[in-house]
Amino acid sequence: MTAPLRTVTLHQIAHGRSGDKGNRLNVNVIAYEPRHWPLLLAEVTAERVAALFAHRGVTRVTRYELPLLAALNFVIEDALEGGVNSSLGVDTHGKCLSYLVLGMEIPVPIEPGEALQAASVLQTAR
Amino acid sequence: MYRIGSGAGFSGDRIDAPQSVVAAIAAAGEGGAVIFETLGERTLALGQIAKRDDPRRGFEPLLTDILEPILAQCISAGIVIVGNFGQANPPAAARAIAALAERLGLGTLRIAIVTGDDLVGKVDLRQTERWDGDGRLPDLDGDVIAVNAYLGARAIADAVKAGAQVVVTGRVADPALALGPLVAHFNWSWNDLDRIAAGTLVGHLLECGAQVSGGFFADPGFKDVPGTADIGFPIAEVEADGSFVITKAEGTGGLVDLRTVKEQLLYEIHDPAAYLTPDVTLDITGVALDQVGPDRVRVTGARGHEAPRQLKATVSFYGDWLGEAEISYAGPNALARARLAITTISERVRRRDLPVRHRADIIGCVSAFDSDHGDLLDDFGDTADGDYRVRFAFGGKSQREVERAVQEVNALYCCGPAGGGGVRQSVRPRVRTLSHMVPRDLVDMGFHFAGGEP
Repeated sequence: MTAPLRTVTLHQIAHGRSGDKGNRLNVNVIAYEPRHWPLLLAEVTAERVAALFAHRGVTRVTRYELPLLAALNFVIEDALEGGVNSSLGVDTHGKCLSYLVLGMEIPVPIEPGEALQAASVLQTAR
Repeated sequence: MYRIGSGAGFSGDRIDAPQSVVAAIAAAGEGGAVIFETLGERTLALGQIAKRDDPRRGFEPLLTDILEPILAQCISAGIVIVGNFGQANPPAAARAIAALAERLGLGTLRIAIVTGDDLVGKVDLRQTERWDGDGRLPDLDGDVIAVNAYLGARAIADAVKAGAQVVVTGRVADPALALGPLVAHFNWSWNDLDRIAAGTLVGHLLECGAQVSGGFFADPGFKDVPGTADIGFPIAEVEADGSFVITKAEGTGGLVDLRTVKEQLLYEIHDPAAYLTPDVTLDITGVALDQVGPDRVRVTGARGHEAPRQLKATVSFYGDWLGEAEISYAGPNALARARLAITTISERVRRRDLPVRHRADIIGCVSAFDSDHGDLLDDFGDTADGDYRVRFAFGGKSQREVERAVQEVNALYCCGPAGGGGVRQSVRPRVRTLSHMVPRDLVDMGFHFAGGEP
């Protein structure tokens, strides 16, 4: 039997931070709760992250998995439009960009007795 | 056990932060170290320019302000100060510290200066490979301001073993600031790669100051942080086997928990099995974290592999100007007026044939996530009421042409859409950087004690 699904932003179940070196960005994504680790593995793929940054001309995204930490680390090549010393953007370091990833919408199973809570979470998210 | 704390995570960090760190380490009564990381790719180049203009400058501008409140306590409590606050001019930083010590009545300190990072005239960049993380950035021509290699921790360790009370460096790998005093204290062998890796991990977690203890972390309702105006900077309590606890001074704001440590553990890490430093290749895939008390996280399991054969060096070039200008639109139909300002400026730059790259963002609508081409802005609705700030950026080789482009934004006051206000503008020179990989044998790392210099 397939559990019913609801959609949440990744921000509801995970946290993370971005960092820069040169024109390369890395973003880590960490599950708040270990039970969401398989969901991160399944849903937060390198392809989906690459799609979020497609408009930046990203050339490659590599995903590293850290099961002991329930964390993913994404290395995103050429995401910074020149990086801290030559980008024309507002945030030349890319420090805001972890939240671009955390804004990704992902389906999560609705667990028994969670329906009401789920509705309120969705409302909050909007 | 050896206590090592962070006093700064970047140039421009909170200057009162080291005080609670030093007080806590001193209260424990066993000495230790406090490290200052104040040198980025950008700040190093700025330091090089400052030194060219005035040979007495080129080190951390706030150095005296940072050290004055803590220097006496560090000396009396046996807390070694290690900092890359020497930036482009470590000897001048050492002189400033010596003068401060004199003024505070501390007499003559043993101040060590680490040398060897400056490679100008020593390396032919055409013979070296570029670092792959710069990706598609173009090769840069123009005048090279500086070439600085990331040094490892050996000279720092040697200086501490020789009795240094303060160690002043230029470009070193950030974690080396912590690894150096740890190697000196525990007498770890450089071949004991798991210990060298553990010390490197201590440095990695401390190097950004509050970023491991509740800074750059708060997200109200999701990740709440107490006392954000007084976050305590981190202190590592390190054991001889390389395991350690990250904590912070009692009575300070912030927090140390599994979430704060995880975020910093992976900060600016690429392959977690191979974090390349001059001293060791650090593997964090086996790292385990345990919350062993309030604001106390124990870290174990760092593994080390052989260090890379080459060192990374930052190459800084002159040659670019950045102009920025902003204007606000608010109220009914503000977004459409903001968009019209953007197309007007694009057309003006084109008509005047100004040789500048340019970009526009609408702050409050979409900016930080967008691209130079404004793809995300294009997808946004055309009209909306609201309160928007349009921000233009221009880049170019010529100061004059960039200034002309900025002036066009100012002209929106009379010539642009209705109700535009609050123009602010700036034009400043920019240093551009690229990283190259250089052979180790070009780098002659060492240290000497200050004194006897002109």
